[in-house]
This record gives sequence, structure tokens and C-alpha cells, in this order.
Amino acid sequence: MIPRPRPERFRLRRTMMFMNAQKPGLIKDAYIYGCDSIMLDLEDAVAENQKDSARFSLYHAMKTIDYGDTEVIVRINGLDTPHWQEDIRVCVACGADGIRIAKCESADDVRTVDSAVLHAEREFGVEEGRTLLMAALESPKGILNAYEICMASDRMFGVAISGGDLRKSLQTKFQTDGIDLVASRGLVVLAARAAGIQCFDTVYTDLDNDEGFMAELKQNKAMGFDGKSLINPKQIRPVHEIFAPTEKEIKQAEKIIKAYKEQSAAGIGVFTVDGKMIDIAFIPGAQRTLELAKACGLYDGGLV
Amino acid sequence: MINAVGRDIPDYLLTGGKEVYKGNCYLDGKMICKACRKTVRHEKPQETKVVASLSEALRLCGAKSGMTFSFHHHLRNGDYVSNMVMKAAIDDLGLRDLTIAATSLGDAHDPIAEYIEKGQVIGIQTSGIRGRVGEVVSAGKLKTPAILRSHGGRPRAIEAGEVHIDIAFIAAPTSDCQGNCRGIGGKSNCGSMGYAMMDAEYADKVVVVTDCLVDFPNYPASVKAIDVDAVVVVDSIGDPKKIASEAAKISKNPRDLMMAEDVARIIACTPYFKDGFSFQTGVGGPSLAANLFLEKIMDERSIKMGWAIGGICGPMVEMLKKGKVGKVIDVQDFDLDSVNSINQTPGHYEMSASQYANPANKGAFVNNLDFVVLAALEIDTSFNVNVITGSDGVLRGAPGGHPDAAAGSKCCIIVTPLTRGRMATVCKHVVTVTTPGDCVDVLVTDYGIAVNPARTDLVKCLDDANIKHVSIESLQQKAYSLVGTPDELKWKDKVVAVMEARDGTILDVVRQIQPVSI
Repeated sequence: MIPRPRPERFRLRRTMMFMNAQKPGLIKDAYIYGCDSIMLDLEDAVAENQKDSARFSLYHAMKTIDYGDTEVIVRINGLDTPHWQEDIRVCVACGADGIRIAKCESADDVRTVDSAVLHAEREFGVEEGRTLLMAALESPKGILNAYEICMASDRMFGVAISGGDLRKSLQTKFQTDGIDLVASRGLVVLAARAAGIQCFDTVYTDLDNDEGFMAELKQNKAMGFDGKSLINPKQIRPVHEIFAPTEKEIKQAEKIIKAYKEQSAAGIGVFTVDGKMIDIAFIPGAQRTLELAKACGLYDGGLV
Repeated sequence: MINAVGRDIPDYLLTGGKEVYKGNCYLDGKMICKACRKTVRHEKPQETKVVASLSEALRLCGAKSGMTFSFHHHLRNGDYVSNMVMKAAIDDLGLRDLTIAATSLGDAHDPIAEYIEKGQVIGIQTSGIRGRVGEVVSAGKLKTPAILRSHGGRPRAIEAGEVHIDIAFIAAPTSDCQGNCRGIGGKSNCGSMGYAMMDAEYADKVVVVTDCLVDFPNYPASVKAIDVDAVVVVDSIGDPKKIASEAAKISKNPRDLMMAEDVARIIACTPYFKDGFSFQTGVGGPSLAANLFLEKIMDERSIKMGWAIGGICGPMVEMLKKGKVGKVIDVQDFDLDSVNSINQTPGHYEMSASQYANPANKGAFVNNLDFVVLAALEIDTSFNVNVITGSDGVLRGAPGGHPDAAAGSKCCIIVTPLTRGRMATVCKHVVTVTTPGDCVDVLVTDYGIAVNPARTDLVKCLDDANIKHVSIESLQQKAYSLVGTPDELKWKDKVVAVMEARDGTILDVVRQIQPVSI
């Protein structure tokens, strides 16, 4: 039994790597690649008649492998399947950090899972409220209900776009400039920010197209996403590089926080840094930049 | 006597000036005499040196029991020549008590195991030993201990007279009737013939075996007619499919790629990474993939590689063609891309094993290497590497140029997964030391990087570049925590093989293994 600390609802989640929970070669040490979270899949990657053995594989992996600081999330089967309840029981029993609700469409879906999780926590003597939730939005309805989904439970730490099904429903296809999902991505970011939780973009499946991947990452970052779902370890480093604050951003954030501390001690609320007007509204952003820089190993100062 | 890597070398092996390993460069500057050979004058014009059969060539060269025959392994696992020669010598001529001095022996040479078991072959000297030959030697069936040397140690031993080759057999993809040989132009091409060059120059007699006789002069020649006594034409010298693979492909395995990227980042953070740097890499998954990432960083910093050496394959030839490396100089070619490039692509040249790696000449290429990236079967917490014995103690590997490149380079990086199946690659004590830890600088595994603490300069380089590294002990502990602590191997007293360091001192011995019973 490998004990895992209580999961943190808010933590760095730039990279969330999918892998089939049934593949020992993949799950035995997926943490070595340095992604922030791994996503053990009980859903689409697992054949219909293998769901049971995948749950066993998941359970024993969690009981014997030390995943350390790498967050372990499990993607459970949809609420329209006969599998999700048993999936939730195994997730809670094995101490997974969180559950990804597939094909989530409403706040009720979240609440249904929330209550099953609570039930399982009581059943297995797991601390109530320990198991986190996130929702995958894969349909137009799910996207439009994003805000109520984000707000539906205190366990919710984020929402992710799942592009495959969504593009089909939208009657579009993957576009290199991202126009296919621009409205969906925009809504999901808005909803997550309004609810104060995180948001993650969909997977990029063309593994040989490094340029296209980088372009999508830059757009993700510019839109305000916290991270991205991945399907291959080689995608991890590019995401961490793109999502890391630049040296210029780190210096600027440092200056703002330092100046704010000095000025507020002197009783001044509005001041300028490098000719730009700064007030208290800038502080959380600057702090976030430094926290992210610290997490990325780019900042070791004492301001955060 | 305990040597510098802590191995106990039996005193009876330390005769005739033989010493135990005392550390890298221990014999630097020592004056030595080179051995020479008996040879013969051919003043009269000779129409042709082609003889009808291998048996006739053996008779012509005065082959007799107790002799040492040499072979080279450019035909790799496709080689037919070694087996053909041994069959002719033993089955046709009835010779016995023979010693084989090969540059490497692999699965292709399984039939030789039988000659060992029957006592017809009593000695093996090689830089690689795999397959059935490794198994019968490990089982104690060879009359004298096998002598294992690196690719640089072998030419050193030949020059020193420690191994005297009576007849060298040259497997030649093409030859003319006088014995000028090349590795290209035939039907079983191997490219470079670098390992055969010393044998031709130091053996008393030299027999060329080819399956493609070409017009005189076959030039420029890798092995020259001035050293050749006889030429034998056979139907086939080897299986082309096993001699040179299709283009070596860079691994897509994410684990390999992650390690390869770490290797490239480490290389790029050292002061040796500057325009004109020199480089050698193996052809294993992560070693070869390092090229890919290195090239990216070279482009970013507008740095070009001065030269590359080693066994060569396609990706390095590609870099040469793109102008990213100045010269490629090789002793062996691993795939068709490199076979078809040597002496054809401007800047792609051949060299002998002595030029490549011999510590007893006035400066082998390895001495000027900035970086070498190598694999390992095992590496221990003193950074000693094993590439010869399996975890079961059986001979199944090849030191090749590993110890030479490690010793000569400024930065030797070993890249290997932490575990292979149920075996811990990073361990407390390697089964056999083939490359001493004082020549190994950095270890890259899928679970982390460790720097040899003796290299405080490299520790600082990695720290400055923000590249995380841990102690090698912690990697070993992690490996044991994953796959368990290996049981000690059980050995008998009999030494079945002596592992020489490249300078000729004794690095380790391999004893007869007690068969495992469960």
C-alpha cells in the first residue's frame, strides 16, 4: 500500500497524460516523464469486455506503485454506461487523486458522480471530500452548461475540452488555426475563470507535426488555459516550455510585487513601473506568474 | 591481487609481466617494442593468387595444429567465412588445438561452439562473445581462458606480440586476383574493413576470402595485396540481410527519446560543446536518438560538429551530407546508408582499429574525442560498466570500442534504462567490469541522471544549466526497490575468461558459472 497525501484542489496542472489503465508497461512508471498529472483511462482505451480487468489493473497499480508528486486522475466511463458506478468505487478504494467525468453535460451529472463518490468514500473509510473531480466537456450541451458544471461541486478542480466528439457534434473538423473550437474554448475558459477553477485544452493527435503542436500550444496559452491533455510523453516538454512564463514576464512580475510592497508601506495605492500604471489589481496576476515560474524551476526568489 | 576496480585477480594469471589494472593512463609514455612477423618475398611476377579452395589455401599457408587464426566481424551476424574456414581446417584437414583471434563472435558463429566442446578449438581471443560460443566458454568447456579485449586493446596486443596471428582470414566483399580488398562493390558489402587492417599487417600469412572477384587493381584497397598470400573465391561470404540492415531507424520509443534528449542537453551544457566538437555514439535506441536532439541544439546555437567516429550508421551520414559534421571516420558500418557512403560521400573515410582506439600508438582518434554516448548492460555505484556478461553470469556481450572511447573522451555518457525486465541495470556491483568507472562521467537513465562525483566540473555544468541530477546510489536503490535485490551469482573457481583493460592489464576475470537450479 502506497499512501498518497490528500490531493490539492489547486496545483500546477500543465500536462495531463492519458494512458490505458490496462497496460502495465505504460502505467508502471508513467511518472518518469515529468507530466504534472497522469490520466489512467477506464473509458475509450479499454475494450467493452475488458472493463473489469482494467479496474483490477488500476487498483493494483495504485496499491504498489509510488507515483510521488505526479497527480493520478482516472477517466471513468460515461453515466450512460453500466460501468461508472463500479469505476467510482475502484477509484476511491485505490486512492486515486481525482476522477474525470466523461461526456459531462450538466450540473446534475456532476452531482450524481459527487454523491456516488461520497458513498464510496464512506464505504471504504476514505476521508470524505478527499477525491477530486473534473469534467470533460464533449458536446455542445456540455460546453453551454460549462459554468453550472464548474460550480456544481466543491470537489471540482477543472474542466477539459474533449475535441474528438465535440468536433463531430459541431459538424466541423480539426483546423490548424483553431477556428473549429474557438467558441467552445472561449466559453470553457470563461466558465472556469468565473467559477475559479482550472481549464484544460483537448489533445493534439498529429504526433509528427511539431510545428502544428507548438502553434496550438501558443494559442492555448494566449487564451488562458492552465494546461493540456496529452497522448504521448514527447508532448510534455513543449507544453512546459510554452506554458512557462518568459524571463521578461518573470522580471516584470518581480518588479511589480516589489514596488507594490514598498509603495503600499508608504501609503501609496497607484504608482508606475517602467512607465506603466500599476495598482492592486495587478498583484494577483504578478503573483501567479511568479508561482508558475517557481513551479517551472525558473524562479527561486522569496517573493512567493 | 585486488586491482584498481576492486576485483580479485588470481596470481597465476600475473606472469610474464602481466599486471592488474591500475587506473586509466597508467602506462602512458611507456617505451615499447613492436612485434614483427615472418613474411615472404614475392620477387617473381605472380599471375594470380587465387587458389581453388579454402583447404588448398590452408595447405599453401602451412596451416597446422596449434595455430592461431584471425577473423574480423564486418559481416556481423551474416558472416559465413569464420565457420567455413574452421570447417575446412578441422573437418577437412584434421587440425586441432586451434586458437581463434576474432574481432567479435556472435550468433553466426554457433557452429564453433562444437569445436570448442570437442577440444579442437582451445583458445578464443575476441572483443565480443555471444550465442552458443559464449555459453560453452561460460560452462568451462574451452581449454584455456578466453581473452577478452576492447577494439583498441586487440591491436595493442597484436603489436605487442601477446597474440601472434599465424593466418589471418580476410572476409572481403570484393578482391582482385592479387588480394587487394574493398568492402564495397560486391554482393555482400560491409563498407569499412577497419578491423581487418591490423590482422593483414601482422599475420604471418593472409588469406582473402571473397565472393566477388574483380579486375586488378581493386582500388583504393582496404587490405592490400602486399600482405596477401592467397585468394579464395567462394559462392557467398555472408548473408547480406544480416551484414547491413536497412537504414538504421531512430527510435520512436518515448523512453528512449526522453533519455536521448537528456543526453543532448547534457552535452550542450558542457564547455566542450562548441563549433568543431567531436562525437561518437552507439547505435542502440537512446544513443542513436541523441543525434536527433543534438542536431536541434546545434542548429539553435549555429554549432557544427567537427568530426564523428565509431561504428557508423545512416543518421550520422545524413548529418555529414547536410554539412552538419565535417568528417566521418569509421571502422565499421552498420547499415546500407553508411556502407554505400564510405569513401563515396566527401568527408567519409575509413580507419583501422589501431587508428581508432589503440592505446599503445602515438594517438588514436578516441584520445581526441569530446563526447561519447554508450549503452551498458549494467553499471554499478562506482560507475564501472559491464557489457560482456548477462545477469546470469554467462558471456553474452561485446566490449567493442566501449572501454576505449570511454577512456579517451572528455565526457563519457552512459545511457540505459534503469531496469530491463526484472533486472536492475544500475546495481551495487557489476558482474564483470569491462569499462572502469574512472572513465565514465555521466549516467542517464529513464529515472534520472547521475554524474560521477569525481567530475566536479561536470556537476557544476549540469547545475548551472538547471539539469536535475541525483546520486548513482539513489538510482541503484530505486532500481532495487522496483525489481528486488538480485541474488549473488554462484561461481566455480575456474576462470573461463580474462577481461583485459585496453592497456593490457587485467581488469576482471569471468569464472565458470554454476548452473542455476530452482
